[in-house]
Amino acid sequence: MAENEKESAQPEGPMISVRDLRVKYGDREILHGISFDVTHGETLVILGGSGSGKSTLLRTLVGLEKPSAGQIWMKGEDIAAISHKGLNEIRKKLGMSFQGGALFGSMTVGENVALPLHEHTNLEDSTIDIVVRLKLNQVGLLGFEDYMPSELSGGMLKRAAVARAMAMDPEILFFDEPSAGLDPIIAAGIDHLILQVKKAFNMTIIVVTHELASAFLIADQMLLVDKGNIVAHGTPDFMRTSDQPRVRQFLDRVAEPEVAQELDYLQMLTGGTSSTGKLPGRRRGV
Amino acid sequence: MDFVEQIGKIVIDSLAYLGALAALIVRSAFCVFIGPFQKRPIRWRRVINQAAEVGVRALPILSLITFFIGLIFALQFANELRKLGAMNQVATGVAVAISRELGPLITAILVIGRSGSAFAAEIGTMRVTEEIDALEVMAIEPVEFLVVPKFVAMMIMMPCLTLWANTMGILGGGLFGVTGAGFTWGRYIRSSLDALSLHDITTGLLKSVMFGVTITAVGCYEGLATGGGAEEIGRSTTRAVVMSIFLVILVDLIFTAIFFASNQ
Repeated sequence: MAENEKESAQPEGPMISVRDLRVKYGDREILHGISFDVTHGETLVILGGSGSGKSTLLRTLVGLEKPSAGQIWMKGEDIAAISHKGLNEIRKKLGMSFQGGALFGSMTVGENVALPLHEHTNLEDSTIDIVVRLKLNQVGLLGFEDYMPSELSGGMLKRAAVARAMAMDPEILFFDEPSAGLDPIIAAGIDHLILQVKKAFNMTIIVVTHELASAFLIADQMLLVDKGNIVAHGTPDFMRTSDQPRVRQFLDRVAEPEVAQELDYLQMLTGGTSSTGKLPGRRRGV
Repeated sequence: MDFVEQIGKIVIDSLAYLGALAALIVRSAFCVFIGPFQKRPIRWRRVINQAAEVGVRALPILSLITFFIGLIFALQFANELRKLGAMNQVATGVAVAISRELGPLITAILVIGRSGSAFAAEIGTMRVTEEIDALEVMAIEPVEFLVVPKFVAMMIMMPCLTLWANTMGILGGGLFGVTGAGFTWGRYIRSSLDALSLHDITTGLLKSVMFGVTITAVGCYEGLATGGGAEEIGRSTTRAVVMSIFLVILVDLIFTAIFFASNQ
């Protein structure tokens, strides 16, 4: 009985608690029972290669994917089991900056930032204008209210997306690949912005990325996801010194084992066996 | 057996598609008629923008096309009437055919080309660029925000466009009536109005509302169902146009049959 009570309530302390999270696309399981906590004011960076399941994890945390099993405790509610209305109430306390910005192309930057305020508050238009200018100022885009998203550069788009994500003063901010597709200088600017936001508002921040330099700069905690499992979870220092093979491979940027011979590769593609009778491959010179 | 299986699969897929369209229509109708009583008002600013896009900006091309259709129809009709010595009936023929059938149908097909495809492309692009996901994360219902204003705009604008198309079609027929059949403009318009009953106009307008609902449902559904990639957007847009034309003609057939039966 006591155990049941323990399972049906959010653990004390953490801002987000994920327990045994499983996500399936059709019959294929993408996340295989993931558990972790994020405390208030902490920046968690979720690392992982392409197809590792890190983006699915992020989408599940904001309710865009429905888990097949497990719990996601946020603000005292299990969003994996909550009603759609309840989920939307929690979403009002979240902000998310998407990989491509996801600003609405038919609206100006100012209208994009104002949208959640118009939808969820009873503020006067003049007050909303002030909030929009304030948020754009925080991301260094004051004066760009009347620009269309198509008139902005990649870095400016991401900044505008952060301004929109912060419009409702969220308690948790999610970033999907904030530095992807940006040159190193602009990417460093986005990292700086994330650190600035964290410092100014003491927000809980979750970032999905595969940019190592960016990850080590902004993270309080890091989580390496591989093939739908967590392979390592700890501070940046812990990750740096980890001798876990997968962590080392990811951090040292070691390529996956490569197919040895062209014939083997062809046989593998056509479903035949290799000349050695094993899965063809060898370690690349490391 | 394979053939029977294939037929069965097509029937099941078609019913599933119609079911999905019906679900979208019901959900939108709920937002339009019940939502305002649950503190979820209709976004009138978006409705007005959509109405301008769907309706006002379609007027020049719609005017031109229906004027020509009216003129073509009068020319074709006059050939037969001349043989019967009944050229004075050209106004009646054009007015009835345009108001009952051609006006609503031509308007619908033009709106499919302009707006149905645009709905699918717009929403499909939003799906691919994660804008729909962004709406959901901001706790804004995509159907309420994107689809409902389009439904309301179409239900208002389709009858207006159809009335306009009817007028332009009759005027197109009038050009032949005046230049080739001995009418004056005044007599041609009076003959057209005399030929029309309220029933002719209302059935056309009722059909136009149903066409509007069909076009919006198909365009928005195809947009929302878009997968990843630019290629998918093109495919959704094509499907939206093809399915809308087919379903509009199907709806036309059903309503025309109902009106025919009710007149017996």
